[in-house]
Amino acid sequence: MKNKSMYIYGVIFAVLAVAPTFLNPYWVDVLNNVGLYAILGLSLNLIVGHAGLFNLGHAAFFAVGAYTAAILNTQFAIPVLWLLPVCALTAGLFAGIIARPIIHLRGDYLCIVTIGVGEILRIALTNDLFGITGGPNGIFGISRPTVFGYVIRRPHEFYYLIGAFLMVTIFLFHRLENSRFGRAVNYLREDETAAEGSGINTSHYKLAVFVLGAAWAGMAGDIFAAKMTIIAPESFNFWESVVMFAIVILGGSGSIPGVLLGAVLFVGLPEVFRDFADARMLIFGAAMVVMMIVRTEGILPQRPRTYALPEARNAGGAP
Amino acid sequence: MEEFFQQLTNGLAVGSIYALIALGYTMVYGVLKLINFAHGDLFTIGAYLGMTLLASFALHETIGPFIGLVVLALMVMGLVAILGAIVERTAYRPLRESPRLSAVVSALGASIFLQNAVMLIYGARFQVYPEDLIPETAIDLFGLYVPLVRILVLAASLVLMAALYTFIQKTRIGTAIRAAAIDQDAARLMGIDVTRVILLVFLIGPALGGAAGLMVGLQYGQINFTMGWTYGMKAFTAAILGGIGNIPGAMLGGLLLGVIEAMGSAYISIAWKDAIAFFVLILILIVRPTGLLGERVAEKV
Amino acid sequence: MSLLELESITKSFGGLMAVNEVSFDVEERAIVGLIGPNGAGKTTVFNLITGNHRSDSGAVRFESKDITNWPTYRIVKLGIARTFQTIRLFQNLSVLENVLAGCHCRMKSGSFTAMLRMPGERREERAALARALDELAFVGLQGQEMQLAKNLSYGSQRLLEIARALASEPRLVILDEPAGGMNEQETAALIGTIRRIQNRGITTLLIEHDMSLVMKACEKIVVLEFGSKIAEGAPEAIKGDPKVIEAYLGMED
Repeated sequence: MKNKSMYIYGVIFAVLAVAPTFLNPYWVDVLNNVGLYAILGLSLNLIVGHAGLFNLGHAAFFAVGAYTAAILNTQFAIPVLWLLPVCALTAGLFAGIIARPIIHLRGDYLCIVTIGVGEILRIALTNDLFGITGGPNGIFGISRPTVFGYVIRRPHEFYYLIGAFLMVTIFLFHRLENSRFGRAVNYLREDETAAEGSGINTSHYKLAVFVLGAAWAGMAGDIFAAKMTIIAPESFNFWESVVMFAIVILGGSGSIPGVLLGAVLFVGLPEVFRDFADARMLIFGAAMVVMMIVRTEGILPQRPRTYALPEARNAGGAP
Repeated sequence: MEEFFQQLTNGLAVGSIYALIALGYTMVYGVLKLINFAHGDLFTIGAYLGMTLLASFALHETIGPFIGLVVLALMVMGLVAILGAIVERTAYRPLRESPRLSAVVSALGASIFLQNAVMLIYGARFQVYPEDLIPETAIDLFGLYVPLVRILVLAASLVLMAALYTFIQKTRIGTAIRAAAIDQDAARLMGIDVTRVILLVFLIGPALGGAAGLMVGLQYGQINFTMGWTYGMKAFTAAILGGIGNIPGAMLGGLLLGVIEAMGSAYISIAWKDAIAFFVLILILIVRPTGLLGERVAEKV
Repeated sequence: MSLLELESITKSFGGLMAVNEVSFDVEERAIVGLIGPNGAGKTTVFNLITGNHRSDSGAVRFESKDITNWPTYRIVKLGIARTFQTIRLFQNLSVLENVLAGCHCRMKSGSFTAMLRMPGERREERAALARALDELAFVGLQGQEMQLAKNLSYGSQRLLEIARALASEPRLVILDEPAGGMNEQETAALIGTIRRIQNRGITTLLIEHDMSLVMKACEKIVVLEFGSKIAEGAPEAIKGDPKVIEAYLGMED
């Protein structure tokens, strides 16, 4: 079983590794978008999937990262890739500051507040906050990233940059899931009182997972800014947050393969069926209702962690 | 001073629309503890249905503007109420026993579905209500000239709210709704058919929301498929401001938010108008999550 | 010196006095029972000790340290672990991971050490795993590690809660109706488990309606009625106390 899925993943990886050689730039760019949303989905998955905190304002953190990169790059000519840690920092800090007073709110209240934060930020950006965000037209002239003197410009070059970032994200988040941290956020999702009663500082973990997820979205924002070279408030509206949310919930809450599949389905598939592009959100909505009724945990649900038990008891009663 | 009173009447008129929508949120939250995200879109559908019915029957021409509008309003309310009940049956009832957050996702899905259905049917552009439905005269109120439509909207909202309040407070069914909101299980043990109460709430709330949609169309003349999202968020803020689950609270919260918004956009900044409600929302949830008229409830350990 | 001291602890819910100036001590390594009719405020006392409720007045001291109104997780870390009357397991997680939750407060690794998989983090994980397996074996749930908690029988779920509490290496465990829903055989085994907890040097405070268990297992009993303490003493003394008999009249069970 395990070997078979490893085999499938291996084939998918090999095909994706050479994909730009047989796809035209348009389709490579579609894959780039899928990759970017996969990174965003994985970062939101920490918050929504693992910790069970309903965040419908993830686009705000993405925006903070993108605007950090855009402002620092256009004003001070700092190379965009150097700005990755800075974008993580500003987005994480922003999340920490806004989450602190609201993190104790119950599920649906938190959901509504994150929507509010996302909208306030978008309106602030549109109103040219501090005179540095460029108003409704945004910021343009963001420079291309360079890797060892090599300028990344064309879609298939971005493909490998985004691909590499996605791989690193998957690698690190997989480890994070299978750790004390990963378990702790799952405990608080399952039963907050019991988690606290087992000695887990639930407020700390809620905040930590928010900051970490936001920081990752901030880095995705940096890459997005470099890819587009122009960013505007409308790229970070409520519907972007909804798409990220749907990727996690429908793909599989708490499941890395689920989120990846979600990104393919919600970002890649609509490109295949371009004729139905207008109906994309309609189908999303219907899918969310149907999914909650028939399969709450998503298409590829979170699998139980395995542990190195004596006498190979892992096989035990795992479904 | 003139400006202040103009903003006040404007705020009250918009606020009464928020209040009508907020009632739907608060009643559903009262009995199901669920944010009915689709409610804002039912409001949108009310506005579009009003436009379609106006265009196809032209009632205001055949039976006179006043009676015509009343009949139109009743038709819109009835149709949106039926739609509300359909949403309840398909998206919420199957999830009655599921975790609360599953229902939240389903509600969000229903909202997205309805909003995009409207877009696909009517198109993404702004739609315009027929003009000259209500004479563009201003009424002299103690030296203050207030547009007639503003007064009609406020009056109609107040009539609807008064009717709802009397219904909830004085009738047997109203008492059943209040009982189910306090404790569903206890209400069931007392012989109240909770499923019927929920259905009723999903008829009344959308009916009021649909009426609000029609009023927006009449007052502002143009409507858009995304308006339910903006109005819905504001109405929900109003419901929280008043104390979610509390019916007089929703009315108070709506009027208050309308006035705050009108004053804010007049005296602070028009560009930040749409952010004001969100600031109020976040502030109230941090400072007093139970709202102005809500009560504190301890969670059982 | 007592391990746990309650001094005039008081809590009311909107005018209803749930716990009224209750004071008692729990000696180190003792097994103490807290009994009383339904609604006497027993669980509220537990919630006040473990920080689930904030007290209106009075003090809780653990090893002479004032822990009144501390956040729950800090109280657990200090050495007080509990189980819940209404079983609160992580139903969708495995039995093993439920116990690992208890190990959490004795571990240190954070998000970064986990992502980088530092050697210390691996060592800590292995130690926690071994400890969790030990605690599962201690309560007799070995071999069911990978079951989901919700698939266990009621009695086993109670034992799993005890294992989770013990995994936090407590000095004091607080058991809220540990025999609730257990059959006679399981209850008898539970008394053995409580004694073995005592043999490990851990103090036990428990609420229980099963009087035979309380009389057999406890060295001291505290009786509550309407939120107030009406008696305290050895099981024999409590059995003969007229106030206790009156409180329990017609409620023999």
